[in-house]
Amino acid sequence: MGLEDIYTQIIMEHNASGRNKHHIDSPNLVLKGVNPSCGDEITLELRVKDGKIEDASFTGVGCAISQASTSIMIDLIKGGTVEEAKEHIKTFMGMIRHEITDEKQLESLDEAVALKNISHMPARVKCAVLAWHTLENALAKKS
Amino acid sequence: MKRYKDDFPILQTTVNGHPLVYLDSAATAQKPNPVIDAVAAYYRETNANPHRGNYDLSVRATEAYEQSREVIRKFIGAEKSEEIIFTRNTTESFNLLAYSYGMNFIGKGDEIVISILEHHSNLIPWQQVAKAKGATLKYLYINNEGEIPDEEIENKITEKTKLVSITHVSNVLGSISPVEKIVKKAHSVGAVVALDCAQSIPHFEIDVKKLGVDFAAFSGHKMLAPMGIGVLYGREELLDKMPPFFTGGDMIEYVYEQDFTAAPLPQKFEAGTQNVGGAVGIAAAAHYIEKIGYENIIKTETELTKYALEKLSTVPYITIYGKKNSVGRCGVISFNIKDAHPHDVASIVDAGGVAIRSGHHCAQPLLRYLGLNATCRASFYFYNTFEDVDILVENLKSVRKWLGYGA
Repeated sequence: MGLEDIYTQIIMEHNASGRNKHHIDSPNLVLKGVNPSCGDEITLELRVKDGKIEDASFTGVGCAISQASTSIMIDLIKGGTVEEAKEHIKTFMGMIRHEITDEKQLESLDEAVALKNISHMPARVKCAVLAWHTLENALAKKS
Repeated sequence: MKRYKDDFPILQTTVNGHPLVYLDSAATAQKPNPVIDAVAAYYRETNANPHRGNYDLSVRATEAYEQSREVIRKFIGAEKSEEIIFTRNTTESFNLLAYSYGMNFIGKGDEIVISILEHHSNLIPWQQVAKAKGATLKYLYINNEGEIPDEEIENKITEKTKLVSITHVSNVLGSISPVEKIVKKAHSVGAVVALDCAQSIPHFEIDVKKLGVDFAAFSGHKMLAPMGIGVLYGREELLDKMPPFFTGGDMIEYVYEQDFTAAPLPQKFEAGTQNVGGAVGIAAAAHYIEKIGYENIIKTETELTKYALEKLSTVPYITIYGKKNSVGRCGVISFNIKDAHPHDVASIVDAGGVAIRSGHHCAQPLLRYLGLNATCRASFYFYNTFEDVDILVENLKSVRKWLGYGA
């Protein structure tokens, strides 16, 4: 297990670009997620209309893993439906917990598959799942 | 430089395919063979429940426990062994102090003074007292060097101050508090002084009499002993008037259906079966430190800290927080790498076998005061070497590349 399995090109790009890190116009679902033990802090902003996630972004501070994971998740859910987002969360968590290993099943996660190896770094799992937990809570609050 | 590493079996091991470079001694120290052997020998030959059984083994366990107390009394220059209370760690020592002394001798309108450098263990217990009793919690702030200036001591400690509880050495910046000045000012207004020695006693001599403090707290595990044993020192006169903290077995004289009388010091504060193996361990650690000699520990660590500060300063994208020179500070260095989060830094150097801490170091108010979310922290003990520093710096130089920032 080398660093190159964790700090992949995709993670580095998402971390360095900050492409999804900004505010959006009139968000109607805003939720903050924190990892108190390490100080990672992200705030998701979503604009949800008629069961569809029209726009999404995030702000906050954190390590490359938490920032990249959040950014990848936003790419994945933006433009899709709330139900699809919930499915993505389920699949992602299943991948992290090694309950879903079938590559076909994981295909729907697109770039998020880059975080598959994070379970080899137990200290960093909570960084990878922060955004997904926060989204899960945000969507639960909405419905 | 003398090589102390050979006494520490864990420092002979490898991590992620590299020899372990352990730079997190401010979190916990590694254990030398004499400590490991003393604890093993206790469990192999002497273990029984002390203060209870009337049989040989229990008497020997009691002796082992009480002899350890005597070793610690001498080690910190206390007058009486009754003044040494064994606890689990510094956190428990401060909770004992806050709940037994603070809740009973601090009242509405009184002031408790701590510093912004405090570890949460010497901070939250005092928040609790202040909230419960209607007292005010005041902070001594620091200058750019991470040190407490004289004006803060003069202005913040007032006639209203009942207790000053201060860290001896910052676990984030390595700065050393001006204990003499604080004690002088506090005593002049009739306040008692508690000293957090968790980060000082591993590195230099503590003499509670010379320092003139009323209470002192420290953990065994940061001074080479096992986890789960700590100490609260208190002047007998003060400990005597404090009520018990934990109650139950072993801390009593007589127990009736509705009431009890407490045992004399130190048993009054040591409820339940105690950590005798830990006490044996902390005594062995004190002996080992005496054998090495604090003067050698100071000499080695000063050289290491100087070397590390110099080497880290040569890397343009590393920012060091607190004092930049090695004089009058301990070997705890907080720093950040430009654009890199400390957690990524710690994970990346870990792949090279280097153990450093990342995060808020249980000192969130300090980090907020410094305008930081988290830092990397390398902390040294006398068993570290110049080579350890070289390996750290070499690994740090690869961090930005891994995060996609080029060099």
